[in-house]
Amino acid sequence: MAETTVATREVPRFYETGPHHPEQPTLLGFWLYLMSDCLLFACLFACYGVLGRNYAGGPSGAELFELPLVALNTSLLLLSSITYGFAVIAMQRKLPGATLAWLALTGLLGAGFVGIELYEFGHLIHEGYGPQRSAFLSSFFALVGTHGLHVSVGTIWLATLLVQIRKHGLIAANRRRLMCLSMFWHFLDVVWIGVFTFVYLMGVLP
Amino acid sequence: MSEHDEHEVQDEHDTLHITVGGYVTGFVLSVILTAIPFWLVMGKVFPSTTITTFVVLALAMVQIYVHMVFFLHMSSKAEGGWAWMSLIFTLVLLVITLSGSLWIMYHLKANTMPLTPEQVRKLP
Repeated sequence: MAETTVATREVPRFYETGPHHPEQPTLLGFWLYLMSDCLLFACLFACYGVLGRNYAGGPSGAELFELPLVALNTSLLLLSSITYGFAVIAMQRKLPGATLAWLALTGLLGAGFVGIELYEFGHLIHEGYGPQRSAFLSSFFALVGTHGLHVSVGTIWLATLLVQIRKHGLIAANRRRLMCLSMFWHFLDVVWIGVFTFVYLMGVLP
Repeated sequence: MSEHDEHEVQDEHDTLHITVGGYVTGFVLSVILTAIPFWLVMGKVFPSTTITTFVVLALAMVQIYVHMVFFLHMSSKAEGGWAWMSLIFTLVLLVITLSGSLWIMYHLKANTMPLTPEQVRKLP
């Protein structure tokens, strides 16, 4: 009986249909992914914090880390942050050429960062100080390697985006992708602040 | 997506206050905040390791804040407040994970029974 009366009246709604949702749900979803990634890095940082001084008779951070190289790497990543910012501004001013140029420059800086890091890792492994040498080196390679992997994937994404913008221009979908990658790129920069402070700078302190 | 919707999306982006000035300010601040800790450690400015550690950590926190505001455009208004909520939630979990792990593991290490000289000699 009750069902028939409900059916004849207005259909009840159990959810809000008002226009209060964010215009771009993708950006919020991507932000939530970044937050979960943040927790992944928090675990790796905690791991390094616990194991980072267990050298097992091997070399310490003070003996291994070359701070000038780390400073160079940090400046590459910082520069890539502002070049990406200029790409976003060029996108907002609807200048596809400038957007592509700034993005390409960002990609080159990212590739340079990954290259220097691979050189550093190769050098350490060649010297016999690979991840299997001590708990310190295991946690070091896990943390810094995961960050480097993120930057590598970000660079591949950036190259893909360059092709997409060349092909389709600054359409709504490409603008959304560019904003997502912007968050990813700046987020990796924030993680790197933690890495160079916690791992490298505090690692060379006695 | 209709023409009208697309314009709205574009307007939404424009209200994010993304400006050249914002990026340049953030960049200059982060260069300064990066240069100081490298100089402190490489130049061995403070004789005390503890002071250097605290200053370097404090500068890193300031720099993370600068990046959040100027590069990630975080504010309590972004994405209708949900981005802010999730950030606060993540920060709480982050602090629990980091401080909890370090606290517990250092105490475990401190409470481990030291080996006697005889036991050390019998180690494989």
